Amino acid sequence: MDKWEIVIGMGTCGIAAGAKETMAAIEAELARRKIKAEIIQTGCIGMCEQEVLVDIRRNGEGTVTYGRISRDRVPRLIEEHVVNNRVVAEWAICRPELEATGTEGAVVVGGAAATRGKSPAPKVDLPAGYADLIPFDQLPFLRKQKRLVLRNCGAMDPEVIDQYIARGGYEALKKALKMKPADVVAEVKLSGLRGRGGAGFPTGLKWETTANAPGTKKYVVCNADEGDPGAFMDRSVLEGDPHSVIEGMSIAACAIGADEGYIYCRAEYPLAIKRLYLAIDQATGKGFLGKNVLGTGFNFTLKIKEGAGAFVCGEETALLTSIEGNRGMPRPRPPFPAVKGLWGAPTNINNVETYANIPWIITEGGAAFAAIGTEKSKGTKVFALAGKIKNTGLAEVPMGITLREVVYDIGGGVQGDKAYKGVQIGGPAGGCLPTQLLDLPVDYESIVQAGAIMGSGGLIVLDENTCMVDLARFFLTFTQNESCGKCTPCREGTKRMLEILNKITRGEGEPEDLTRLEELGQAIRDTSLCGLGQGAPNPVLSTLRYFRHEYEAHINQKRCPAGVCTALLDYRIDAEACKGCGVCKKVCPTGAITGELKQAHVIDGEKCIKCGACIEKCKFNAIEKG
Amino acid sequence: MSQASQAGKPARIGTPRQDAALAEILGEYKHEKGALIPVLQKTQEVYGYVPREAMARISQDLKVPMSKLYGIATFYAQFHLKPRGENIIRVCQGTACHVRGGARILEAVQKELGIKPGETTPDLRFTIEPVACLGACGLSPVMMVNDDTYGRLTPEMVSEILARYARAAESA
Ligand SMILES: Cc1cc2nc3c(=O)[nH]c(=O)nc-3n(C[C@H](O)[C@H](O)[C@H](O)COP(=O)(O)O)c2cc1C
Ligand code: SF4
Ligand code: FES
Repeated sequence: MDKWEIVIGMGTCGIAAGAKETMAAIEAELARRKIKAEIIQTGCIGMCEQEVLVDIRRNGEGTVTYGRISRDRVPRLIEEHVVNNRVVAEWAICRPELEATGTEGAVVVGGAAATRGKSPAPKVDLPAGYADLIPFDQLPFLRKQKRLVLRNCGAMDPEVIDQYIARGGYEALKKALKMKPADVVAEVKLSGLRGRGGAGFPTGLKWETTANAPGTKKYVVCNADEGDPGAFMDRSVLEGDPHSVIEGMSIAACAIGADEGYIYCRAEYPLAIKRLYLAIDQATGKGFLGKNVLGTGFNFTLKIKEGAGAFVCGEETALLTSIEGNRGMPRPRPPFPAVKGLWGAPTNINNVETYANIPWIITEGGAAFAAIGTEKSKGTKVFALAGKIKNTGLAEVPMGITLREVVYDIGGGVQGDKAYKGVQIGGPAGGCLPTQLLDLPVDYESIVQAGAIMGSGGLIVLDENTCMVDLARFFLTFTQNESCGKCTPCREGTKRMLEILNKITRGEGEPEDLTRLEELGQAIRDTSLCGLGQGAPNPVLSTLRYFRHEYEAHINQKRCPAGVCTALLDYRIDAEACKGCGVCKKVCPTGAITGELKQAHVIDGEKCIKCGACIEKCKFNAIEKG
Repeated sequence: MSQASQAGKPARIGTPRQDAALAEILGEYKHEKGALIPVLQKTQEVYGYVPREAMARISQDLKVPMSKLYGIATFYAQFHLKPRGENIIRVCQGTACHVRGGARILEAVQKELGIKPGETTPDLRFTIEPVACLGACGLSPVMMVNDDTYGRLTPEMVSEILARYARAAESA
């Protein structure tokens, strides 16, 4: 009998797109047709735009990946593919390459594992139309990617440790346990890996400092707080490949001489937390964690701490204070955590993605890693593509690739037929880069020079309908809210800046406000205690640098060019286009719209509160704002 | 886990079951260092919020001053010192959702329920909680009702989604 397997993407993105409903519909349809199939869940493969993603294969072969499988598409999908053995071409995205082992999803594109792509001669008759499908790694979304960190995401069931092991998991730990700790550190130094949590500090150097710091008790900590609103790389890795992070941490622990570790994960990621607990249990069961790891005498226990909703706790000293059970406020550095960290002991703290790189580096060698990327930025970086971009999702690219390649070749450009305006990169401490910088190479130094930061990897695409003043105000509202209040420039300064921005978006700005913003911004940047305050003015300063004309339009002409700032908008009805249906009159909450049936209607500007309800309802696009 | 039952009875902390659960939590964490945050998190899981009386008991059992507990509970956005609705609606106001119309989703939720962000409906059924990113930015705008995540939202979808939970509450 045929063995059918149906794989459903069950990351948070998949679930948000309705993966649970799709799964229920598949189960119901299979039951109705009395078809036996194994339903497997997997992590996020990174193609959020195509969620819900469903793979179907028979007897381990001929896998077809389908996108946007909502529950109403399920009956036809099962009928065509499973019953009639025909690919449903309009929903099919690609065929993942077969691996030599027969397991599917050779997600590794390039790198040392690229040899896996060969398809053995198929033993089953493939579904009709299979040969016409594009191989996974030839998809435009994937062609320019290089998947080291995401090597397993979406290619295995993250809740089954054996699948991780089958894909080479925990081999790096075994190798590291046989090496001298100093050699492990040397390998990481050789790789040139820099921290992926934002600042880009060389990881090997940090490990070395912690290893050499005096003290017998040491800790390793994983920063999984991912506070940048608009970023979800770490979540995807934790949900899709938790063991790679655990393995990376274990290697760090054996290199620096730690026996205890913590993963500090934000509470907003319940699925990631669940999978981490499961992974820790399974790894402990197999002897990769706990006392006397693999009989080598090395001890390493790992605990999870859930964040409690404070952005500042992503800052390393605040994070450690929070693990200790206190209000998560930053403290001055030095001393750095590497010397004096958790409960005063030397502590190595790295980001999720940083740790997820480690097993690859140990297995393939630091030199192989250093061969990827640019002179000063080695390896790859995972970006979370979101905002007004066509292919939202995760993209892991070699350092040094241009923004244009990321936004257009991988991301497919701007959603709809709108004009590209720029990207916001680096989160609340980052900046906005305009169209003329599309050819900027993506590496730590180039991005900083352009006035933004690499940050953790959030990349939000902006189009003509994004108001840059409003965006700057958005970020400042966020940082102002999240300021812990310990130091004055950040606590009071961001408040003053926000007041000015509010004034400008209300149409009450004065020309001097722009210099005030710049002066305040410089002062806050130079005098705040931690990165939150130091970075807070950046979204304002970078938009002032590249989009000053938008600020000036708000101030001098009392106009919001993007049509976002409500106080500056006027709503009008185009008498030509208006059919007099009266729908707008009904939805207007203030009775600002008048007119006879079948006659052009008008809006009373005095009464209009600019809520936009009429625009949404008008079927004839007769209402204009501006 | 019942969350609504203790609303009007300040004298006792909660139901006997809830109070027993708290005692168990305190036993479990008594000797762990840095345990105050997880203890408060678990307490909130039990009661739906952190009742003042529960804090008093934690303070007594774990021998930490009330001021310290209060300091922690007010520092972190996750903790709530007042009862909340049975259904928590988290509307994402993160960057990706902001540029894709997250504010309009929040408005639609407010309009549907007649309350402001951070407030709870008088019948204690719904609480609106704006959050700064749910990690599903690729499907923005996004909201979560309890543990269910909804993506690719339009304002029109809001009332249908909320109606499901209102119905569930009625039939329960
Ligand atoms: C306000 C603020 C928030 C931060 N949030 C995070 C975060 O969510 N995740 C993260 O890995 N690093 C974050 N960082 C950076 C950490 O302080 C630290 O540099 C990082 O965890 C070090 O790991 P890495 O060397 O692997 O990058 C934040 C820094 C600041 C100032
Ligand atoms: S800069 Fe802001 S967040 Fe950082 S310590 Fe000062 S007040 Fe707190
Ligand atoms: S910004 Fe809304 S889910 Fe991330």
